[in-house]
Order: sequence, then structure tokens, then C-alpha cells
Amino acid sequence: MVGWAIAVHGGAGVDPGLPVERQEEARRVLERCLRVGAAGLRAGLPAVDVVEMVVRELETDPVFNSGRGSALTRKGTVEMEASIMDGHGRRCGAVSGLTTVKNPVSLARLVMDRSPHSYLAFDGAEEFAREQGVEVVDNSYFITEENMSMLKRAKEANSIMYDYRVPAPGVDSASDGLEGAKVENGPLMNGLRISVYAPETVGCVVVDSNGWCAAATSTGGLMNKMSGRIGDSPLIGSGTYACGDCAVSCTGEGEAIIRSTLARDVAALVEYKGLSLQEAVDYAIKERLDEGMAGLIAVSRNGEVAYGFNTIGMFRGCATEDGFMEVSIW
Amino acid sequence: MTSGSYSHQSKSAVRDRRMGWAIALHGGAGDIPLSLPAERRAPREAALRHCLELGVAALKANRPPLDVVELVVRELENSPCFNAGKGSVLTTNGTVEMEACIMDGNTKKCGAVSGLSTVVNAISLARLVMERTPHIYLAFDGAEAFAREQGVETAHSSHFITPENVERLKNAKEAKRVQIDYTQPIKGAIPSSIGDSQIGTVGCVAVDGHGILASATSTGGLVNKMVGRIGDTPIIGAGTYANSYCAVSATGKGESIIQATVARDVAALMEYKGLSLKEAAAYVIERTPKGNVGLVAVSANGEVTMPFNTTGMFRACATEDGYSEIGIWPSGINGDLEYPNK
Repeated sequence: MVGWAIAVHGGAGVDPGLPVERQEEARRVLERCLRVGAAGLRAGLPAVDVVEMVVRELETDPVFNSGRGSALTRKGTVEMEASIMDGHGRRCGAVSGLTTVKNPVSLARLVMDRSPHSYLAFDGAEEFAREQGVEVVDNSYFITEENMSMLKRAKEANSIMYDYRVPAPGVDSASDGLEGAKVENGPLMNGLRISVYAPETVGCVVVDSNGWCAAATSTGGLMNKMSGRIGDSPLIGSGTYACGDCAVSCTGEGEAIIRSTLARDVAALVEYKGLSLQEAVDYAIKERLDEGMAGLIAVSRNGEVAYGFNTIGMFRGCATEDGFMEVSIW
Repeated sequence: MTSGSYSHQSKSAVRDRRMGWAIALHGGAGDIPLSLPAERRAPREAALRHCLELGVAALKANRPPLDVVELVVRELENSPCFNAGKGSVLTTNGTVEMEACIMDGNTKKCGAVSGLSTVVNAISLARLVMERTPHIYLAFDGAEAFAREQGVETAHSSHFITPENVERLKNAKEAKRVQIDYTQPIKGAIPSSIGDSQIGTVGCVAVDGHGILASATSTGGLVNKMVGRIGDTPIIGAGTYANSYCAVSATGKGESIIQATVARDVAALMEYKGLSLKEAAAYVIERTPKGNVGLVAVSANGEVTMPFNTTGMFRACATEDGYSEIGIWPSGINGDLEYPNK
């Protein structure tokens, strides 16, 4: 028997000028979700059930931008995606292009458990959702005033950007008018100045008392993305991965996470190179991202927890069986 | 090519001096019966030979590996013999939903598409996603819209759907189970007039004389799949991967390939465990449930490997030192051919 452990994240890349009350709000939600997960673990729920339950909480709460409060496509609609992986057997499920499903992570779970496939998307996923009777709402449920204004700012900032590593002229003025922002010219994150950007992904990794690991990640994607764009969150091996050794959930610049198959790389460094969990996490963040900005949370079969990020901040927290709990942003 | 690309060259390239270009391609792995009749076998072998020759000619003409894998996969897509582009298997609704992925091992840039129903060459659209958008992966309506913006060649579904695939779908529905592209007829199942279901994903990997690698894969997916089902092909690290160590394209049961991150694992075993290309590929294949997977891979120093744990895999390869091979079943089984390079 091993001590259980749980870690959560609410996205990497945080505006250093984020108002204090917003930071406190985020911390409270992360703590609440950790408590929910810890209660499940104490009650003996398996890791895969716990990660689903916790990510549902994170999806439902509008503070973090998945589910309600999701990023908007350039058409002003919401397209959500999620994935879940049970390290016990390496079973997995993923969904993309959801527009009405209230809890994408639960649909991903159903794909894993009740379909012959691993990944369903767009109309096919929505149809499956109806067959399975999951809770659906109108797409407008997910759209908030805040995200609509963020989309507007993103469009202003991005209007001629193809390669978002190259700042377009005039971008520096995009942060003017953002309430509470103190940083005028921060670094870029997913093509937007950090003062305009808000992280869009939530995730949870767990190791239960049996030493089984599981991971789940959920997102609304990328502000102002092309309709039909799929990011790292539903891609097994990129945004999410779990095996006998560990579980990983990533957040940040989706394209960088995909190119580096970040979640699988952490596990491969443990499995094939024999690194410890924290060594593997540090190596992956430092060596695998090139110029990409991302973060991740991980747990190991031995009950260890590790974080890594090269962004300014990552909303995160963890709890372990011995009673330890912490929540951090910076 | 910039000198920056050499500094990250694998150490194994120095260890083993066998440099030179190499190419491998596949037309799918599965339960291909040894009794495959000549009229089903000959066109597939001819297509493999033709595509191999095209790829070899391009490498000899110093085309970049990224161009080579794209052009070979385009050719495989255009052939009705294989489950990609023309000849794609059908969803449960009788439609085609094609997907593809391409990756440049030198930069690790990649592009992927899913849910295409009108695009004649999915692999080329994947390349455009990589080169002309800030994204990596576009799917369904968004991908089709992008295709129109880019002016790529599109066609009515009648271009892609073949009578054989209509028959295969009918068989699969009657057998009431989802098959990977190749399955032996089940005892008691209604025999199809075609007598087979032997088609599969297509892919190509290539390396040039400088160790630059690329991989490309394309497919119609799984017979009788649910609408919206995405397989391993467009998932970076599952069906397709390339970095500075190797390039890999996998085929078989998508769900197994995804959970085993097949393509990424071959490269990871080389890099993190120091295995050779052949050892790494064999390791991955052995650890995947039997009957589920095959792959083609090349390494930075020009090695090739084409392992599979299915009955067979339509495949072909060639290396600069003159070796070439076209095969279906494990080497040594009657009928497998080896050609000396002309």
C-alpha cells in the first residue's frame, strides 16, 4: 500500500498583474477541488474515478476557463475537448469539438468505457453524448461576457499574426484598458501578451492507495482559435498520459506540448531512463519545449508529486495522504 | 539545411557510420491471409513497387525527406488498393472520414487533419496546416473550410468510395463487430463476394544522407467506425512521429497504438535507453497485444526496420547501399520478394 497523492492545475501562464481577489478566488477553488479529491481517495475510490470527479468540479466552476468560461473560437463559439487515461491498463478516452456537453471529461470517460474507440470528435461526439444521456446545455451557457471581451482583445492583438512567435506591429497597445493589469508588455503566451492571455486548461493527476495512477485534462482550447483546431489536451501522450509508473497532465502552448509529446516524455524519462519523477519533469520542461511555454503536474506510483513550468505562474495544488496540502500560483 | 540541424544529431550516427538515404513505406498491417488470391495481391505489390520507385527517385534527386514522404503518401492515397484517400474504408453511416499526419524530424513541426470527406489528398492538407496556420491539428468542418480557403483539390464522395468498401461495411455490420482493416472471415459469418478485408492505413518514412528525417501517415480509419471516431494516425506520437533519432509510421488497431504511444516510444527507447532502431521497434511491437500493430521506421544513420505482430503488413523499403524489399508476410514465408536495387 502506498500513500495516495493528488495534484490539480488550473492552467499555466498567469498575468503577474492579476488582481489579488482573483488570485484568492482561484486558490479557494483549487483547495475545494483538492478536498473533493482527497475525500474520494480516503473513501477508497480508484484513481480514474477521482480524476474525473475533480476535473468535473474544475469544469463546472467558471473561475477556470474550461467548460463554462471556455475560450472562444474566432467565430465566437465554444469548442471543448478533454481526455482521461487510466494508468491501470493504459486505457484512455478523449473528445474534441464539443459544443453542448456540460462536462467534457465525463464524455471522454464514457468513450473509454462504453465505446469501442478511444477518441470521438465533433458531430460524432455530440451524437454519442445524446445516446449516453449526458447533461447537455445550449452553447450560450459556456459564453461569458468576460470571454467575449477577451476574444475581442485577442482579435485586436492577433489580427495579422500567423507565426505567433513573431510579434505583429501594434501588439504592444493590446493590453491597454485591461482592468487591474499592471504589466504593459509581458511575454507572449499562445500569441497573446500575458496581460491579455488567460490559461484555458484544467487537469488532475492522482495515485491511489493501490499505487494506480490516472490523469485527466479538459479545456476550451485557445482564445480566437480556428474552428476545428484541436490542441494538446485530448491527445494522449501530449496533454495527458498515465501508465504504471506515473500520471501527467499538461497546460500551456498546445502546439509546443504536442511537438514535444510532453506527457509521454515525462513518463518515458522515468520508465526508460530511470529518472525520478521530479528529475523527469524538470528535464522535460527544460529540454523538450524549445521556445514553447508550458507547465505540467505529475504523480508517481510511489506517492510523489511534482510540478514543472517555464511560464510565469501556474495555478496548481496538491494533497497527500499524510495531510499535506498546498495551493500556489507563482 | 542549416548546420544547426547537425548539432542535435544522434550520437548513434557517429557510432555507426552507415550513412545514406533510406525510405520505407507501408500499405497497412493486419490479418492478411496467406491464401490471398493473386488478383488481390498483384495490384497491391505493383502499387508498393511504384511508390517505392517514386520515393527512391526523389531521394536520389536530393528532395527533402518531408517532400518525399508527402509525395509517396499522396501516391498511396490515390491508389484504390489501400485504405487512404481513394479506397478509404467507410464509417457506420457509409461515409468517408479521412485523417492524416506529417512530421518533420528536423524541426519537430507537424500537421494533422481528421474528419475529411472531400479532400483528395489529406496528407497535403496536413502539410498546409503545419506550414500555413499557427496550429497543428484541424478537424471536420474546420478542416474542410481550411481546405477550401487553401484551394486544395476536392472531390465528391464517389471519388473515394469503392464497391469493395461498400461490401466490407456490409460484412462488418453483419458480423456486428468493428474490425481492424484486416480480419479473417468469422466462422458462420456471411461470406462476402470479395472474400477479404485486406486493406489498411498507408505511411512513409524517409531519411536523407544528412540524417534529416520525416514521417507521414494517412488513412480512412476503421471499417464501420462511429462517425467522429479518430484513430492513431493523426495523433503525434501514436501513429506518426519523427525527431532527430528516427521517423516512424504505425498501422493496425488505432486504439492499441494510441495507448502504447507506439511511434514516440520507438524514438524514446533509442534516446533514453540507447537501443538501436531495430531493437527499439521490436521492443515496442512485442509489448503491444499480438495481431494489433506494425510499423515502418528509419533512423538518422540510414537504417530501416519494418516489424509487425500481425499476420502480415504490405510494405517496401530501400536504402542507398542498394538493398530493397517488397513484402507482405514475414520474410521467408513463401511469396515474399526481395529485389536487388537496380
